[in-house]
Amino acid sequence: MIVSFSLNGEARTVDVPGDTPLLWVVRDDLGLKGTKFGCGLAACGSCTLHVDGEAVRSCSLPVQAAEGREVTTIEGLGDPENPHPVQRAWIELIVPQCGYCQPGFMMAAAALLAETPNPTDDDIDATITNICRCATHARVRKAIHRAAELAAEVAAGARTAEGRRNGDTSSEDGAGGDR
Amino acid sequence: MSGEPVTGAPGTAGEPMGDGGPAEGRGRGITRRRFLVFSAAGVGLLFGAGYLSRSTWRRYIAAAVNTAELPYSGPTEPGLWFEVLPDDSIVLHSAKVEMGQGTFTGLAQIAADELEVDIGRIRVVHAATASGNVDPFATGGSTSISGLWDSLREMAATLREMIRIEGARQLGVDPGEVAMADAVLTAGGRSLRWGEIVSAAGEWEVPDAPEPKALGEYRYVRRPVPRVDLEEKVFGAPIFGMDAELPGMLHAAIARPDRIGARLVSVNADAARGMPGVVQVVEEGELVAVVAESFTQAERARDALRVEWAADRSWQTEEIRAMVRVGEGTPFSIQREGDPEDVLGGGGVIEAEYESPIGAHAQIEPAVALADVRAESATVILSTQVVELTRKEVARVLGMKKEQVDIRPTFLGGGFGRRLHTPIAMDAARLSRTVGRPVKVTHSRKAEFQRDTFRPPTHHLLRARLTDAGGIEAIEHHVSSGDVMHGSPLVPAPAAALIGHDFGAWRGGMIQYRAIPHHEAVSWRVKLPFATSWWRSLGLLANTFAIESFIDELSIAGGVDPVELRLAHIADDEAGRRLRAVIEAAASRAEWTNEVRDGIAMGFAASTDANTPCAQVAEVSVEGDQIRVHKVTCVIDPGIAVNPDQVRAQCEGSVVMGLSAALFEEMTVRDGVLGPTIYGPYRMATMRDAPREIDVDILENAEAPGAVGEPPLGPIGAAIGNAVARLTGIRLRSMPLQAALQRAMA
Repeated sequence: MIVSFSLNGEARTVDVPGDTPLLWVVRDDLGLKGTKFGCGLAACGSCTLHVDGEAVRSCSLPVQAAEGREVTTIEGLGDPENPHPVQRAWIELIVPQCGYCQPGFMMAAAALLAETPNPTDDDIDATITNICRCATHARVRKAIHRAAELAAEVAAGARTAEGRRNGDTSSEDGAGGDR
Repeated sequence: MSGEPVTGAPGTAGEPMGDGGPAEGRGRGITRRRFLVFSAAGVGLLFGAGYLSRSTWRRYIAAAVNTAELPYSGPTEPGLWFEVLPDDSIVLHSAKVEMGQGTFTGLAQIAADELEVDIGRIRVVHAATASGNVDPFATGGSTSISGLWDSLREMAATLREMIRIEGARQLGVDPGEVAMADAVLTAGGRSLRWGEIVSAAGEWEVPDAPEPKALGEYRYVRRPVPRVDLEEKVFGAPIFGMDAELPGMLHAAIARPDRIGARLVSVNADAARGMPGVVQVVEEGELVAVVAESFTQAERARDALRVEWAADRSWQTEEIRAMVRVGEGTPFSIQREGDPEDVLGGGGVIEAEYESPIGAHAQIEPAVALADVRAESATVILSTQVVELTRKEVARVLGMKKEQVDIRPTFLGGGFGRRLHTPIAMDAARLSRTVGRPVKVTHSRKAEFQRDTFRPPTHHLLRARLTDAGGIEAIEHHVSSGDVMHGSPLVPAPAAALIGHDFGAWRGGMIQYRAIPHHEAVSWRVKLPFATSWWRSLGLLANTFAIESFIDELSIAGGVDPVELRLAHIADDEAGRRLRAVIEAAASRAEWTNEVRDGIAMGFAASTDANTPCAQVAEVSVEGDQIRVHKVTCVIDPGIAVNPDQVRAQCEGSVVMGLSAALFEEMTVRDGVLGPTIYGPYRMATMRDAPREIDVDILENAEAPGAVGEPPLGPIGAAIGNAVARLTGIRLRSMPLQAALQRAMA
């Protein structure tokens, strides 16, 4: 069947069986390999991506359920020039080891921070249920707290820039200047 | 950036030569001092060496030159290649694979320091076997950095001096007059970039290898340099075997029996053949597979096959446990001092039995391989720890020569010993040959759990006699284990027979308190009906759990503090002094106490593995019947820590992986079927189980880098169990500990 959705901000249309898991459509039909296959039963979280901003385990979501929705993968979360606060924190704290499960962790963490900007350790324990065999858990926890700080700084910077723009309409590069 | 994306064209980044590149044109081997050097226009300088040891790798190179064999095809392949490119970047082709342990980063640090260049110039890549860069062994055993330390420093320093000599010649000055900094050579106001030097070079003069620098001269070694693969791993680059693609590739799913020892009886593929996307149902002996256009189509059609399997008998966990008993099978004495039998012959002996279950690797990237088999050649792209073994196996199954097969290793989505045999490469190769197109085979998670080569279950018998003062007069440890070394394709059967005892099974099973007057360790071998093999740290986790829990029992029986008891029996030699130092440091750092404070007790344990001592203190509470580990203090002495941050990362990871295995993990056998087959039921530690704090301290009481990736897995199980004993008075003698405590409290 024909399914259309937004992938990292771009409109995409595929012609695949509607019950194909979104994971494989993203990986093999649309060529973005950052979202990983780990178990196929939504048990490990390696395939976590965002559908309309919510963390979803895409190995168990039929592609037809994504019709008309916004799908974001690790490739769309940020890039080296414009990393998401979660990715900045992951780099700062050198979180990955083998790295295979890490996109899933980062997507789950980004969704948590969007919902709960300043999560407690208990929030993290309850929400981040992904599996990591290298056992990077200690750094994942620190990085989520660090990402919360970085996101708050970005938000504060944006507010300042907006304030400047509102106060001085001649300045158009306020936001860029804070980067 | 260090990694090579594996998606796309076969030629990986950093693979400079087309067919016959260095043989034709200007490139040639210069043998003035028995090194092998190529200079090819537009390519740069290739400089390589084997890394067994100084004298051995020189013999390797000399042999290659003397027989005029190209490094890309000869049988005496070197293990490391540097490539200096015209843009001044440097590619280091590594025969060791990167599975998360940080080896690529350590190699880049060492190379940058001896080359005296910015580390950003160096890109470490996995060497494909067609590059001639072959590791005859494997990536494992915590040996990569320690094994390459001497030869990589020497080779990088030699390359640096070769470029200095050649650059000086091009400028017409004496090599002593030039200065070099970050790949730029200057003399008398003129300068040449390394890329310019190598592009213009004809013959190379190879000096005697300079002495490596003193540690104090290094900019990168012993510093917490960020991982060189960080960016790929944070932004989702396609660097894993799972991500490999080739034009026109198909996907295959293989039918596997659920039951142990089952043989194929019949296949009815009528329903599967007509399913969407199915290209072919392959039946070749025991290999039954569906090849289809997509992963999902292959899996679904495989599930629609009606395959009948038959097994001679049906195994149960209890039968496996009964096989793994001290006293059954073949004993080997692996350590003996004094006369333990005599001292332990009479009364007053303290005795305990311990057990550990079957453990799964459970790495997240399943076994996967992409093969492209042509009439005269074959290529396989995969995550593997055994590149050369895989090459031989694929060649054998295809009836080809090994030189016709190119294995392209990728970044591994976890190793842990799971990929010390990767027969899925043979499956992919056979299927590609049959359908005439590239084929990628991926294990389902169920197959991954059922076809694993497990950590073997163990049984331990410990006996000891105390002195009147509570010291240990005699101790013996007997361990019965399924095979680790035996049966592994890495160790040929004749060699295994010669070795006899299974060094993998008894790893960590010796008594490290060698000042105990009478001590002995005995390893009992038992063959199980399913594959058991290398699991990160091998026997260390189970053996240390048993011995270090028993030492804690002895401390309570003798009324001696467990840290004091350990320190009282450490031998006065170098290994003993290093062990003493980590024990004292861990006790001090954790503010060791026997008291229970605010419901939290400490447990202490230590191990010595691959010459690296490690001591840990676990701070544990028991809430209802649930064990909770709040903090772990870990002190390790790996010798020189090439990258202290990555040593810490390995300690943090080992603590939580070991905690997960010790507290929760267990494979069982019901009616011949291994399970669980999915995460969750196979319970592993998640964020809520991981300690909120892991405090790592690194001592460096040795002259060279030692093992890091496995030794810190040793103490954690015993440390947790010892804390639980303090809290509850219940001695947990079988892993998984959480289930054992629930049974004891029920």
